[in-house]
Amino acid sequence: MDLYVHPLFEVVRNEKKCVACRACERQCSNCVHAYNPDTGEMEADDSKCVNCHRCVSLCPTKALKIILTDHCFRPNANWPGENINEVYKQANSGGVLLSSMGTPKPHPVYFDRILLNASQVTNPPIDPLREPMETRVFLGKKSQKLERNAEGQLVDNLTPQIPLTMPLLFSAMSFGSISYNAHASLARAAAALGICYNTGEGGLHADFYPYGPHTIVQVASGRFGVHGDYLMAGAAVEIKMGQGAKPGIGGHLPGHKIAGDVARTRMIPPGSDAISPAPHHDIYSIEDLRQLVYSLKAATGNQKPIIVKIAAVHNVAAIASGVARSGADIIAIDGFRGGTGAAPTRIRDHVGIPIELALASVDARLREEGIRDDVSVIAGGSIRSSADWIKAIALGADACYIATGALLALGCHLCRQCHTGLCNWGIATQRPDLVKRLNPEIGAERLVNLVHAWQHELKEVMGGMGINSVEALRGNRLMLRGVAMTQEELDILGIKHAGV
Amino acid sequence: MKKIYVREEWCLGCHLCEYYCANANLGGGNMAKALKGRPVHPRIRVEDDGKISFAVACRHCDEPLCRKGCIAGAISVADGVVCIDREKCVGCYTCILSCPYGAVLPAEDGHAVQKCELCIQTAGGSPACAEHCPNRAIVFEEGGASA
Amino acid sequence: MKHVIIGNSAAAIGCVEGIRRASRTDDIVLVAAEPHHTYSRPLISYLMAGKTDRTKIRYRPENFYRANGVQAKLGRRALGIDPAGKIVTLDGGETIAYDNVLVATGSDPLIFPAEGLDQVENVRTFTTLDDAEALLRSVTAETRVFVVGAGLIGLKCAEGLRAITEHITVCDLAPRVLSSILEDAPAAILRRHLEENGIVLKLGTSVSSFARAGAACTATLRTGETVPFDQLVYAAGVRPNTALVKDAGGDVNRGILVDTLCRTSLPDVYAAGDCTESPDACSGERKVMALLPNAYLQGETAGITMAGATAPTLPLLPMNAIGFFGLHLLCAGVYDGERTEHTDGQNYRSFYTRDNTLRGYILLGRVERAGIYTALIRGRTPLDALDFAALRDQPGLIAFAGPVRAEILRNQDNQRKREAAAP
Repeated sequence: MDLYVHPLFEVVRNEKKCVACRACERQCSNCVHAYNPDTGEMEADDSKCVNCHRCVSLCPTKALKIILTDHCFRPNANWPGENINEVYKQANSGGVLLSSMGTPKPHPVYFDRILLNASQVTNPPIDPLREPMETRVFLGKKSQKLERNAEGQLVDNLTPQIPLTMPLLFSAMSFGSISYNAHASLARAAAALGICYNTGEGGLHADFYPYGPHTIVQVASGRFGVHGDYLMAGAAVEIKMGQGAKPGIGGHLPGHKIAGDVARTRMIPPGSDAISPAPHHDIYSIEDLRQLVYSLKAATGNQKPIIVKIAAVHNVAAIASGVARSGADIIAIDGFRGGTGAAPTRIRDHVGIPIELALASVDARLREEGIRDDVSVIAGGSIRSSADWIKAIALGADACYIATGALLALGCHLCRQCHTGLCNWGIATQRPDLVKRLNPEIGAERLVNLVHAWQHELKEVMGGMGINSVEALRGNRLMLRGVAMTQEELDILGIKHAGV
Repeated sequence: MKKIYVREEWCLGCHLCEYYCANANLGGGNMAKALKGRPVHPRIRVEDDGKISFAVACRHCDEPLCRKGCIAGAISVADGVVCIDREKCVGCYTCILSCPYGAVLPAEDGHAVQKCELCIQTAGGSPACAEHCPNRAIVFEEGGASA
Repeated sequence: MKHVIIGNSAAAIGCVEGIRRASRTDDIVLVAAEPHHTYSRPLISYLMAGKTDRTKIRYRPENFYRANGVQAKLGRRALGIDPAGKIVTLDGGETIAYDNVLVATGSDPLIFPAEGLDQVENVRTFTTLDDAEALLRSVTAETRVFVVGAGLIGLKCAEGLRAITEHITVCDLAPRVLSSILEDAPAAILRRHLEENGIVLKLGTSVSSFARAGAACTATLRTGETVPFDQLVYAAGVRPNTALVKDAGGDVNRGILVDTLCRTSLPDVYAAGDCTESPDACSGERKVMALLPNAYLQGETAGITMAGATAPTLPLLPMNAIGFFGLHLLCAGVYDGERTEHTDGQNYRSFYTRDNTLRGYILLGRVERAGIYTALIRGRTPLDALDFAALRDQPGLIAFAGPVRAEILRNQDNQRKREAAAP
């Protein structure tokens, strides 16, 4: 129990509607609900509620709702209740505050201050229902010039690419941080959609090798689950240098989650903590990174593109430039609003920079240096809708990573309790009875629906702009205008203010 | 013919099928109004030992022992659906004795039996249990090949 | 092909439906001594109690004969079968040629002679609709009824009559009720329940003599007790009607001997229902299993076979589902082997196991999902392959091992396969 901390939520049950079917009780891994046989009524312990909406969603009579408590402290603009409660919690525990998913703090979201263009009169819009609309992209280094052999025929000098039916990928979430069924859902959906999902640093479960052409396999600082077959299984290999939600720190999957298949897939003993160090212990410079990039290229017989994923931090443009020169085929940049299975709260909420600014400055820097075509750029870190996605592409991204959106499609209600391992939606848990709640048949269908819907919207918006391929949208800042921004922000984003 | 098939591996033991079934067979109206404060008598039942759970409802057998054994001639098969004529049923329970699945159950009043009739009379022919199962542990489909 | 069916109850109807499963065109002639549309004999006690009526008691819908292309000769008695000439002779001398004939003549009640019985005016048996209607006409709230026989028929009769009169006494030579299907402990519970519902039981004794004084009669029991009554009902057993087959030279024991396809020893002569003696799926012993479900199954098997098709395996078992005043009794199989029983005074359950199989069970009170037990007996399912201890307390498919359960849940046909696969 958190001394002094009043429960944040209240469970409100409409007694007129509740039929005491006990579905809420059976479905709550936090044991909020209980049936009282003496009264024949359901009771709730508000203090345990994490507001995950599992009970609310399943209640057949819609008798439940969860509300934010109106219990309050004496109003204090400088000391909001949240800060006070966090002090109490740390005074209770003496520990670092832990959080999950992306930051809930009201940081500026530049996507929301960017508006899109559309064609009027002077250039015609395109109707995507009548005209072909190309959303296919290939990620990887693009050749600078045509080469011909002695007979005058074209030489294929293209390095390996990741083909995608649209510029979207599911970003890294490890098996361990999320469940087997969540992975199965992502893998099936990626294959059905012709895109990729990403193993994260948890290895690739033996069952999912058939989805290899739609899998990005990750190599991170803990090297968990990495072996020859693993590297060869995927469409590309991603070196994870950092993560937007927790730049500069490593990861820690506690031993109690390392059981059975998770341990086997990570290739570590069951029950041992899986600690990913903050740095790769063999990388202290761009030159070191280059060694790992080329080691992985060698290990995969130069058949797999290499992605280097970095967190968006202050000097991201210079870092990206270095990464591009390290031989990486693709750079993934993860903005600080991105999600996580668990991170220290202070780091998640205060370290890093927004993806919009990082992406724009990286794109500009690589262009300036004439190396933009040496790499593809994937942007991630809270792409919440097709609008964010389209704006990111226009800011220079070759493709975007989504994860939180994908989890929402799987049922996640953003209660941000992933680190407890008690996910009532069967996503961020390894408890078999909870994992079972995510039927991958349904999960994959919902992911496919979501991404198809976004693809439709992408086509509609591109059509409106008079653009018929993603190639022509990428880095097309003329399609963007800013509102309510300073000149400096506009300059970094490389866009004009609306009205200009 | 489409039948109800249950898939144990996806059953969550939430028992919602029982409530949707009971409600559908009471007319399918407002569940809160129909079921508030009374025990339910669903035609689908979840077997649940805390670890394993799955629902059981009439299998609409090709060779229905319940129909063959019915002493009142109250059980008939219409378009593959095994149905009970509640008016004719005298509640002798010979069908309960005969059904290998335990899928025929005493009705609420005890004077007759009841069983799943695939919601042909109630939920517009789309069984309420399958319709509302949150995890597709109950499906209404041809053949039942998927598991 | 022309099929003649003698009888009009469950076995006969099963036979019609069996023939029609295999052939829409074969001719069917149905001959029955009773003039009524097919009705359910076990339902006559419910008719007494007002739980069914003349219309609902019909075993099949009114258009049954027409819909199934059956030429029904109701109210006609078959007098003889000539297996050589393949002819059935009816009362009045009419003859019908047949390709196959089914004998489904059921059984008739026995009336044991007793001193003074000839003086008793109001004597009835209780097996037919006419019996029930006669009793309904004669019995009033004041009528004192004396039922001889505390078996299935006698007790159901008593229960049905209880809806009309409070004065019912049942007597049986056996020391317990339902002596043929119950052991002492459950019989004691049932006896108490019957008595609580106003049935007076005189068990372990029999009538030594009847006497009449005016309209009222008196039965004197061997114990010396006397029971005054106005209406006597004889429900002391039945005798299979085997004459047609016996007279034609067929093999007959207590009942007509038939094999698993319901063939008698005579060519193209089949028999089904209460008039037969057939192998029990559980013990393999031949016995008269005079129960409606078995009669239907036998009739259906005979019909399918008569029409030249292959019938599914006959899962005949001694089994009973019966209830008295809201207390249900379900039992099946044979009561041999090791017994485990459990009772709380109100509900009772016992199970009989032998050679790793369930042989029989008796459930009184809580009877839900009993068919799962019946299937174990019928399929001779090895008990070590399931959690029988759990199953005894709570019938459920959950007691089966995972893969077996998956098969059961996936496909109904597997139930039959499972049974077929059993040794």
